[in-house]
Amino acid sequence: MAEFSVMEGDVDIVIGALQSDLTSFMNEWRPIFSRFHLIITKDPHLKEELKIPEGFNVKIYQKSDMDKVVGSSLTSRLFSGYACRYFGYLISQKKYIISVDDDCMPAKDDKGFLIDVVSQHITNLATPATPLYFNTLYDPFRKGTDFVRGYPFSMRNGVPCALSCGLWLNLADYDAPTQALKAEQRNSQYVDAVLTIPRGVMMPFSGINIGINRELLGPTLFPGLKLAGEGKFRWETVEDIWCGMCAKVVCDHLGYGVKSGLPYVWRNERGDAIASLKKDWEGMKLMEEAVPFFQSLTLSPAAVTAEDCLAEISTLVKEGLGAVNPVFAQAADAMTQWMQLWKKIGCGPSSA
Amino acid sequence: MATPATPLLKDELDIVIPTIRNLDFLEMWRPFFQSYHLIIVQDGDPSKTIKVPDGFDYELYNRNDINRILGPKASCISFKDSACRCFGYMVSKKKYIYTIDDDCFVAKDPSGKDINALEQHIKNLLTPSTPSFFNTLYDPYREGADFVRGYPFSLREGVPTAVSHGLWLNIPDYDAPTQLVKPLERNTRYVDAVLTIPKGTLFPMCGMNLAFNRDLIGPAMYFGLMGDGQPIGRYDDMWAGWCTKVICDHLGLGVKTGLPYIYHSKASNPFVNLKKEYKGIFWQEEIIPFFQAAVLPKDCTTVQHCYIELSKLVKDKLAKVDPYFDKLADAMVTWIEAWDELNPSGLTVANGNAK
Repeated sequence: MAEFSVMEGDVDIVIGALQSDLTSFMNEWRPIFSRFHLIITKDPHLKEELKIPEGFNVKIYQKSDMDKVVGSSLTSRLFSGYACRYFGYLISQKKYIISVDDDCMPAKDDKGFLIDVVSQHITNLATPATPLYFNTLYDPFRKGTDFVRGYPFSMRNGVPCALSCGLWLNLADYDAPTQALKAEQRNSQYVDAVLTIPRGVMMPFSGINIGINRELLGPTLFPGLKLAGEGKFRWETVEDIWCGMCAKVVCDHLGYGVKSGLPYVWRNERGDAIASLKKDWEGMKLMEEAVPFFQSLTLSPAAVTAEDCLAEISTLVKEGLGAVNPVFAQAADAMTQWMQLWKKIGCGPSSA
Repeated sequence: MATPATPLLKDELDIVIPTIRNLDFLEMWRPFFQSYHLIIVQDGDPSKTIKVPDGFDYELYNRNDINRILGPKASCISFKDSACRCFGYMVSKKKYIYTIDDDCFVAKDPSGKDINALEQHIKNLLTPSTPSFFNTLYDPYREGADFVRGYPFSLREGVPTAVSHGLWLNIPDYDAPTQLVKPLERNTRYVDAVLTIPKGTLFPMCGMNLAFNRDLIGPAMYFGLMGDGQPIGRYDDMWAGWCTKVICDHLGLGVKTGLPYIYHSKASNPFVNLKKEYKGIFWQEEIIPFFQAAVLPKDCTTVQHCYIELSKLVKDKLAKVDPYFDKLADAMVTWIEAWDELNPSGLTVANGNAK
């Protein structure tokens, strides 16, 4: 249960539209989203007109809008498919961004109450993270709990939380082989915890349900790693996993925290895991290289902003991974292009 | 699909219980503990008789027994502190240990069902850990869970689990200052997760509800010099936890935390606790960075060897914090000597590559 009152003026809800009819999606989220400003970015490859119900404070960006801002070749390179949401991160001017995939609905918690993902993400972001030492009672800033015996007092202030990664009931974020193998498996385990991912620890960051402190992170979440056969289902992409590992390196370096756990969303059935198997292999092979690379990455003391960090990472990626697979070299180039865009457009009042 | 039953491990697991008062709490645990062998370590006055409820198979050691069995090496076993429990680990002949405090009772899960804590610990110990990369859906080996998208397949075998750290409902394991500030706070949140503590991450290990694979990590579970004649108390499990985690990380073993919960009924006196912990609150500021930076030589491939090396690092780096650590480093060596004497069949062999 969230404890913070959220200032609407601080939040943008950014939705990447991969389907044209958002009527039921928006109506399901209405009780939670309707008081906030929404940015809906449409996948540039989606031909049909977007259908959005009345009663929302919403700004829509389609291919033509993106082209006007960044040029059509960059639109295609950077904002296709699931990456269309990053355009929303670019033009937002708010402190916090909440993003959920358009095949998710509000879930109910273990007491049957509708989960307010915005409130929970903001609570996670507005309370400190504790990456320096593990607290066995999870988030010590949650009501009803605290730091346990043996937790150093000098570390109890925590650090600012920059990223909040939520989870999913029903269809969990499994890869295609896992989902294909366990076709009937649905996630019904409601784990009532938020925890900080310790410093130096990497994790598979899922973009399905997230909260971002845009002020702190700036351009840190970006469209980079694009698979050759990237498709319309999460099983066919690893772009969020990639940018999440970059983001964790940046956060660890700059002294920010990343939390994982609540809130949950209800993720609907979509797509066919077996059909996606063919496309997913490339992503899984890339992870075998990418994960050890990021685990061993350290940035120089000269990198003091998110922008500095990303610049260093893109150089290191090109040097360290570029030869392994051209996809990585392309990702490094995309990062560079993204940072140039960010300098031009993204540096609103909330730049790091 | 039928769930395979968790093996009981009746002949492979000992339950170690330190006590200074009585063992009445065992009555509540009877349905879950009766099949197992108990090792009772009686602290305090050895002339007092501790009654063990009927029907339990047990061995009991008081201070006289400890002195008789260890001779001069008994100096490494604490007196008037539950740290004495580690003597029970040393004399056990079993592969697994479960240790529990005598003020811990059976808890109920959210559906109202009694929690079989021992069964959950066994499940935790018999399934791999995943310290190399964090799984956002927690323990992927739990029924109903799995590895998430992006988790490298090469890491999905996991590593052997050495430690299972359970939690507590009702009275949480707070330090004295927190107890003083929040005397009424109770832990009522049941977090339905088991997770691996990542490699390189230290944690405050609580000995109230703890299980471990004695074959894999036993010699690292020394609970230090606490209580009578010592400047510190209530840091026994913390000390063992730091040493254990550094060694587990070095040897490629895993540590899990989370389920199971027990019901912790007794809040100890916070003023008494404050006196015991006082030095620890200052010292932990130095101790934790020490352990975070500790690097063991590559050629340390057994727990004992790792532990002796760690004792040298303690002497080298922590003795300047307080002469107590010099004594503690010596006691660490004594502990290993005593362990090897009582367990002569062989060194505890590593299961992974030393990093």
